[in-house]
Amino acid sequence: MTNQLDEQQLTLLFEEYLETEFTFLYADDLSVDVAAMPREKQDFILHWTKSAAAVNPELAFQFATRAGNALNEHETEIIEAWCLEAMDCYDRSGLHKAMDTIRNLDEFLKQGYKRASASLFEEAVPVLLPFVQGLSGRRMKIEQDEVAWTDGETLYLPELMAFMDDRQENFQLYKILVTFLWSQMRYGTLNEPLAEIFAEYDNRQKAQDLFHHLELRRLKARIADEFPGLNKNIEKLALSLGEQQLQLQAEHQQKLESPNADIDDSLRLLSQLYLKTAEVPEPLCFHGVLKPEEAWQARQERMLKEKARLRDYLRVLMDDFMQGKELEQRPDKFNLKEGKSDQDRLESMQVEITLNDQPMPLPEHVKNLLRSVMIDFGEIPPEYLEPAGEGEYDPELLNDSSLNPEDVWSGTYHEEGAFIYKEWDSARQAYKKNWCVMRELELKHDDKSFYDKTVTKYAGHIHSLKQTFEMLRGEDRLLKRQLFGDDVDIDALIEAWSDVKAGREMTQHLFTRMHKDDRNIAVMFMVDMSGSTRGWINEAEREALILMAEALEMLGDRYAIYGFSGWTRKRCETYRIKDFAEPWDDERKAKTCAIEPKDYTRMGVAIRHLSSKLMEVDARIRLLITLSDGKPDDYDLEYRGVYGISDTHQALLEARRDGIHPFCITIDKQGQEYLPDMYGKTHYVVIDEIRKLPLKIADIYRKLTT
Amino acid sequence: MTDLTSHVLKPEEYYIKNEPYYEPVADEIEIFEAAYKNQLPVLLKGPTGCGKTRFMEHMAWRLKRPLITVSCHDDLTASDLIGRFLVISGETQWVDGPLARAVRSGAICYLDEVVEARKDTTVVIHPLADDRRVLPMEKIGQLVEATPEFCLAMSYNPGYQSVMKDLKQSTRQRFIALEFDYPEPELEQKIIMRESDIDAEMAKRLVKFAQMTRNLKGQGLDEGASTRLLVHAAKLISSGIEPVVACRSSIAQALTDEGDMLAAVNELSSSLF
Repeated sequence: MTNQLDEQQLTLLFEEYLETEFTFLYADDLSVDVAAMPREKQDFILHWTKSAAAVNPELAFQFATRAGNALNEHETEIIEAWCLEAMDCYDRSGLHKAMDTIRNLDEFLKQGYKRASASLFEEAVPVLLPFVQGLSGRRMKIEQDEVAWTDGETLYLPELMAFMDDRQENFQLYKILVTFLWSQMRYGTLNEPLAEIFAEYDNRQKAQDLFHHLELRRLKARIADEFPGLNKNIEKLALSLGEQQLQLQAEHQQKLESPNADIDDSLRLLSQLYLKTAEVPEPLCFHGVLKPEEAWQARQERMLKEKARLRDYLRVLMDDFMQGKELEQRPDKFNLKEGKSDQDRLESMQVEITLNDQPMPLPEHVKNLLRSVMIDFGEIPPEYLEPAGEGEYDPELLNDSSLNPEDVWSGTYHEEGAFIYKEWDSARQAYKKNWCVMRELELKHDDKSFYDKTVTKYAGHIHSLKQTFEMLRGEDRLLKRQLFGDDVDIDALIEAWSDVKAGREMTQHLFTRMHKDDRNIAVMFMVDMSGSTRGWINEAEREALILMAEALEMLGDRYAIYGFSGWTRKRCETYRIKDFAEPWDDERKAKTCAIEPKDYTRMGVAIRHLSSKLMEVDARIRLLITLSDGKPDDYDLEYRGVYGISDTHQALLEARRDGIHPFCITIDKQGQEYLPDMYGKTHYVVIDEIRKLPLKIADIYRKLTT
Repeated sequence: MTDLTSHVLKPEEYYIKNEPYYEPVADEIEIFEAAYKNQLPVLLKGPTGCGKTRFMEHMAWRLKRPLITVSCHDDLTASDLIGRFLVISGETQWVDGPLARAVRSGAICYLDEVVEARKDTTVVIHPLADDRRVLPMEKIGQLVEATPEFCLAMSYNPGYQSVMKDLKQSTRQRFIALEFDYPEPELEQKIIMRESDIDAEMAKRLVKFAQMTRNLKGQGLDEGASTRLLVHAAKLISSGIEPVVACRSSIAQALTDEGDMLAAVNELSSSLF
């Protein structure tokens, strides 16, 4: 057994971890406490203090002072989880929140107990989202918020559901909540200016609560009609959660629950019952809350947007229709298909429009628009069916405001259109969630003169490359002596014939068959565009890619080329040079020529992003080939060294788990030191001389894929 | 004594005797008959399981012609359609393929899922699909002229968004195209009730469930539940299987393998039943 560390040794270690020189944290008292513990506990505390200090020394200090007592009462796994949660909390919401977690272990345990049986937002959403999109009406989105509510477009759900002891039941609560919120959209709860209506009552909140209660009764009846299976669950869970309902007169109840009840009935009842009602029962956890102002505002914005989009699309449709026709023949507007009432349309969510009595086929997004308008108004207002004039609407209204990813560099930070990835923290042995922000950018390019130069320079080499690759190509092969086939194998037949004549048994294998060899390979080239590739390296990379692309064109394997670079975790970037579906044309060639050194090499996130791209391609073999000049590296010192290497390693493991074969071609002579850890012993190649890269790359590829 | 051997018939002699059940959605029967009268080939477009094959059986019955169906696959060669030499008792003998049989006997030849066949295969039907109406059989040096009764039809599902699985323009521009889609809810309900043995309420809910899955097309599902799948589910239900279980095994599992999506589809069905 190893000896305990004494106070002095501990102080030295703590001072180092906590950087007391700069942080002025006082480690002496801490050391006194820890010195009294057995070595095992000391090591445990030292390890996690060190990990936490990498995040924040103050946090680590607070952890270390509490860990001793906590260890006496709880299992080490719990303390680990507690420390990890505090670090996650720091990543998410800063030091203040993280300190709260560290200071309140009891609360963490209570939460943890709840979480153990809770249904979590992030786990439930992948199921809930397709669930709600399968229901009829407007296509809803789901986001997380403190309370559950909806503006008619987005469902806001709480972080977790933990009202029941069983995870499955908690998920059912989520599902019911989603259905209730969806029903607000589907059955018109949000189609009146509720905030204004409630303001007319002396107690606004009470009016809102009462209305919500009545509306829930109405919606519940509709849900029961529509989803008998779900209704059974609702009743069961409402019972165990102790739902309370207002006593309503039988006629009122009937009115609310009848299939043609609408929001006006609820509002009418509100005015009748407002004074008579002393106290409104609290809604249940799966009912959500109303946010009338927000919902009304979202509705106003949506109506403006959708009117513009619908009319603008009709303009396009009308222009198509008018092609080759006289101007006088132009109809003023589109019509709704006759023979159906608004009620029918609302019920079936089918809106069909006609032009000159001819039904018009509409793409799915326009059908969605019509449905959405139908839900907001209960009808399609006639003015919505008039085509817009040319340029009548601001393009900003017509397209979702897309912030340009390039803006990030000119000062306006945003994460729109970006992909968010996790990152592996080796010190914590855990992922940092939603850590890296990856954007896909276009590479600016001008001409392809570098391409022409390269093709001339390597003309002979390209020629022999093409020949080699042509031989690899999956070709029709004629298989002889087959049991079945397209044609008779004359040689075999003659032999068989002579066998028969000689009294021997005749073979059945008498046919020839054409067989197509299918390579079915997709390869992603991931090109290091970090600042360190400046000069020769960059030129060699470009030449290598050009030769490779020429050879692959001959071979017919699908390939994509992406560059990657970045600057800290918030600005990771990939540059699309050629995607799988794009042809190797002048534009892609010019883009390849435009590959230039940019910033740093945060590799993990690039691998995660490009792997996910690669997974979208249907292929039997998927290859991810990295062209690199060195270790993973980033502006924040953190990514350098062990952290970066283990994150990259982890990202590669994830890729391999998905069935991708990663491979690295590097020109870093020190590559042998870290590449085996990252890629595995046989999955990399170090090229000792940069100039050889263009000549070797195709060879490497050939060996890899045959 | 009961006859335990099944009947063996040559495909060109097989006439459909009983009317196959088919509910027309629009005027597809009239159009097909007109095309047949004018010796024009027909292309049936539509998602899987919406009744294309059933429609062909129905038309074969209506027109009183044998129906020869070829299910196309990516290894289907031209010889599989036209014919090949076989060695029979020591002699090589030419044996007609299904297409050649149909041409000679004036049957309806139906190429199911024609995009699955290799590109070079689809080209052999070109001379048959225009006004020449002949089938060149190069290997035996014959040119077979189609009888007026012969009809060529093929089906194609434009839902596959793969570039590999698209019809060549030169092929598709020879055909009269009939577009099929899932029937309107009331009609679909009627079809399910007719094909299985369940009550109106259950059929209505099945149709509603199908529409939910069709809402998810392009949002994680490649296709929504087809009418055929609904009939399968309905048959299971009428044999006493719980509706939720029937939907899971006959519809949800058929639509997707992806865990979350499967869970979502199952949640949809458990909400309805």
